[in-house]
Amino acid sequence: MCTAPLTAVGRSVPRREGADKVTGRARYTDDIAVPGAWYGRTIRSTIARGAIRSLTLDPAFDWSRVVVVSADDIPGENVVQLIRDDQPVLAPNGGEIRHKEEPILLLAAPDRATLEDAASHIHIEYELATPVSDIGSATEVFSTVDIAKGDVASAQREADLVVEREFRVGLQEQLYIEPQGAIAFPEADGTIRVIGSLQCPYYVHRALKRALKLSDQQAVVVQAETGGGFGGKEEYPSIVAVHAALLARKAGRPVRLIYDRHEDLAATTKRHPGVIRHRTGVKEDGTLVFQDIEIVLDGGAYCTLTPVVLSRAAIHAAGAYSCPNVRIRARAVATNTPPNGAFRGFGAPQSLFAAELMVEHVAERLGVSSVDLRRKWMLRLGDTTATGQVLSESVGSELVLDAALKNAPAVRPSDRPTVRRGRGLSLVFHGSGFTGSGEKKLQGTIAFEALADGTFRILTASTEIGQGTKTIFCQLAADALGVGMDKVDLAPQDTSLVPDSGPTVASRTAMIVGRLVQDAATEVKERLKREKAPLRVEKSYIQPDSIHWDETTYRGDAYPVYAWACTIADVDVDMTTGEVRVSDLITAVDCGKALHPVMAEGQIEGGCLQAVGWATIEEIKMQDGGYQNDRLATYLIPTALDAPRIRTILVENPYSRGPFGAKGIGELPMDGPAPAIIAAIHDATGVWLDEIPATPEKVLAACASR
Amino acid sequence: MHEVTFLCPKDLQDAVRLYRTTPGCRPLAGGTDLMVMLHARTLRPQPRAVLDIWSLAELKGVRRHSGMLEIGAAESYTGIIRSREAHQHVPALVAAARTIGAAQIQNRGTLGGNLANASPAGDTLPILLAYDAVVVTDRRSIPIDQFFTGYRKTALQPDELITAVRFPQGRDVVFRKVGTRAAQAISKVMMAVSRKPARIAIGSVAEVPLRARGAEAALERGDVDGAIAAVADDIRPIDDVRSTADYRRTVTQNVLRELLSVG
Amino acid sequence: MRFTLNGRTVSLDVVGTRRLLDALREDLHLTGTKEGCGEGECGACSVLIDGEVVDSCLIAVGQVEGREVTTVEGLADGGRLTALQQAFIEHGAAQCGICTPGMLLAAHVLVQQSRQLTADDVREGLAGNLCRCTGYTKIIDAVLSCTK
Repeated sequence: MCTAPLTAVGRSVPRREGADKVTGRARYTDDIAVPGAWYGRTIRSTIARGAIRSLTLDPAFDWSRVVVVSADDIPGENVVQLIRDDQPVLAPNGGEIRHKEEPILLLAAPDRATLEDAASHIHIEYELATPVSDIGSATEVFSTVDIAKGDVASAQREADLVVEREFRVGLQEQLYIEPQGAIAFPEADGTIRVIGSLQCPYYVHRALKRALKLSDQQAVVVQAETGGGFGGKEEYPSIVAVHAALLARKAGRPVRLIYDRHEDLAATTKRHPGVIRHRTGVKEDGTLVFQDIEIVLDGGAYCTLTPVVLSRAAIHAAGAYSCPNVRIRARAVATNTPPNGAFRGFGAPQSLFAAELMVEHVAERLGVSSVDLRRKWMLRLGDTTATGQVLSESVGSELVLDAALKNAPAVRPSDRPTVRRGRGLSLVFHGSGFTGSGEKKLQGTIAFEALADGTFRILTASTEIGQGTKTIFCQLAADALGVGMDKVDLAPQDTSLVPDSGPTVASRTAMIVGRLVQDAATEVKERLKREKAPLRVEKSYIQPDSIHWDETTYRGDAYPVYAWACTIADVDVDMTTGEVRVSDLITAVDCGKALHPVMAEGQIEGGCLQAVGWATIEEIKMQDGGYQNDRLATYLIPTALDAPRIRTILVENPYSRGPFGAKGIGELPMDGPAPAIIAAIHDATGVWLDEIPATPEKVLAACASR
Repeated sequence: MHEVTFLCPKDLQDAVRLYRTTPGCRPLAGGTDLMVMLHARTLRPQPRAVLDIWSLAELKGVRRHSGMLEIGAAESYTGIIRSREAHQHVPALVAAARTIGAAQIQNRGTLGGNLANASPAGDTLPILLAYDAVVVTDRRSIPIDQFFTGYRKTALQPDELITAVRFPQGRDVVFRKVGTRAAQAISKVMMAVSRKPARIAIGSVAEVPLRARGAEAALERGDVDGAIAAVADDIRPIDDVRSTADYRRTVTQNVLRELLSVG
Repeated sequence: MRFTLNGRTVSLDVVGTRRLLDALREDLHLTGTKEGCGEGECGACSVLIDGEVVDSCLIAVGQVEGREVTTVEGLADGGRLTALQQAFIEHGAAQCGICTPGMLLAAHVLVQQSRQLTADDVREGLAGNLCRCTGYTKIIDAVLSCTK
């Protein structure tokens, strides 16, 4: 008599690599000992704009003790492989500098003391040029997106009331607790293997091939256990890896290039700051007539992933609402600041911040409750979005609004005369999966094997970065096969072993890649009825026929499906100091299906706190084109004492194409808290802030000028 | 060339001797400031040696000394927080110590270190000023209001070692630290106030931890409104990475109002 | 210098000003203790010295002469996870895991206390350990589940 194993999906099973993580056995990049490896270091520009006039290696230092790499040493193309070929791997002598901290030279030495000594003997002279320091003075445009629905121009006369407002959002650092790092190993046959802290092995693979002129087989990228990414390790690791590889190639030995926190803060990508302007027209009864939206994002000095960030920002800009006339004009501009890049949310938190606060402002002008206005406006099943997408299933807007309201703790009055309490709410949505034709172009592929010993192996390039990839894939496979999780294993994320399932970004890993894992396991189970192991199956993403997207008009099904969240924030505002403390946060999330409830909650809680930080204490001030906040003592993220009590309500509203109905939710938690906090500050003090972070300085000044 | 020697004195007398006779020597207590700078190589001049005074028994402890409370210069903040004597006699210092960093920093940070660094943002320094504490060294006693002589400069001679801090009895001090976040925060404004005698000591609003003399004079007369008005002129705050002069000025006045309205 | 590390005596012949963090990771090959910032802000390098939690990036190795040092590798008793480590796994308190070793040591000190702890006590006790993944919620749940 055999008992079927307990199903795994929907249960909070132990994290696959949990034991390693709690014992210190998990090996992150810098934990890997490599006898004989040298240490690498990047020499960077100290000016924001200009050109390199001269590069001198001071003869007082014995340069035979170290290895120096310049642009001349790049065997392939001096290009960081991404979207536009504008960013060099290293700025060449005589070449242009477009931002402070731009990489110029690389050094490797047998020990850190020699490395530092060598670095202090490098002299770089620059021709200075006037930098473009902010959005206001920017003229170069990286990309634009225009979205139109209905006819905003003619709809003007239908509106009884028009509300106009401008919002600003600031830079934000991902602040993964493990800094960037890679170790490159040159092999005798010309192969270069890189082990690193990264999210997307195949992005790095492509970058290595291009810069080092390597074939598919000659470039090998392996992901080490990674201490957080949040998008900060989506594209930036390509630079670290190529730099390490160039050093290793020239040194003829392994080189470790591990950033310290200061370098990581000063030089790596940040969330795009921006300005978002809204003009919203409504009828007297609150009916939404038109939304006219303008977005400007600051891409920094090089293009990186800016066009895709802009795209997501634009598509989400009208908010979780149904409006007959929408015009969204978005552009991303260049400034002479370090390039901005991927960070959880990827443009949507920025535009949703503005969209949500507009609901508040319109409600205030109409004299109605903003919750009631949301109910009136919200997208529901069958409604059409700004890009003309008909939402045909899994629309959890009202579900999450009701769940959050129902479960919100009772409002407690303040117990101190100088502290005012307030509450704010937001309703957001977030497209799961790649934008538009992204998934179709990617054709993410996984492999699945049944081994002779009765176990199974998942082969995918999707990485574990804390969000639970390894555990969830094993749950899906185990249940599809009808076996225990102990029978399922995963191949390492090593490009020489696994196919390209696409990058670990865009809230796609569980929903898109997880579905491939489920399908592959299901197929293997079927085949095992007729055949014997070993078996191997490959599955690639095929876009369903029902999904249509027009890249040129920006119309159609922007995402396969959306996830939804309603967030309620309670704040205490200290009127003596302007300090804002978020005491409680409750968020209801429509995730389709919680494959692993604890992990789903974990994603939500973590993302919410990152958004709380973005809204309150995570501030970056610029000086001479660089970040003043370049140490952990000055770039502040919430500690356990700053963090609110966070309560998560998972709402399951299945999506037919997700594995067991699951939708991607990795980024969604970033969207709701910031506008809810601003609304809460208004509830507490009567003042409206239009900008985040809502620092005590801004809060106090706003209260004073009231 | 890069290695800094580690000197391990066997007692205080040995430490004093080594400090006097070793060129380029820096005392090392808990290391919460010095070790960061040593690793980043930002100390000027670069030290040739560090003198480990963390474990010297003579520099530890909280005890009574001729009617005053005496705290060893290398006693940790945690030690102060746990001390019943400290709770009884200098409760404001205990409360302030709990706002410093977090557990890890409190277990290593010391009054001696806070004094020797003389940062205008030093968390204990306004408290010491409000208590009229006395800095005891290997050769003399220095009243706290003569201790800070300029930006990160003290009245200490180059080879003079702080051994203890003494507090007079019976003084009521209240304080408030306005930091950048709830823990692990450098202060934007740090204020300690005593009503009798009138002491208003403020950190992070000048190049030194400051006694607000104009405000104190008004407070001495019983003129609270006058004190709040005067304090704005006593301070010289700046714009920096953490905050602005305007904010610091406004908050200084707000906090003083708040502290003077208690009791 | 000589000191006790995870219950065993070790001898090191390195300059006393070397950071304890580097001595642990590079000289003693215990990489469980992590470097997150090198400035005593993040707590990823936390260890226990004589049972008290400190940032090992701020400790000169000469200062642990004769002392008892505990790292994350010293928590599990002969390979058996402690109740706290189990709780971390069960409650989802570890996501990317990089803050986990330091967090466990700070939490270890908390759960050793004989008094009943509140969530606020736990927050205060862990305020020196930054986590970017979890929002702290499940870490606090895990620690509270292990207190008396």
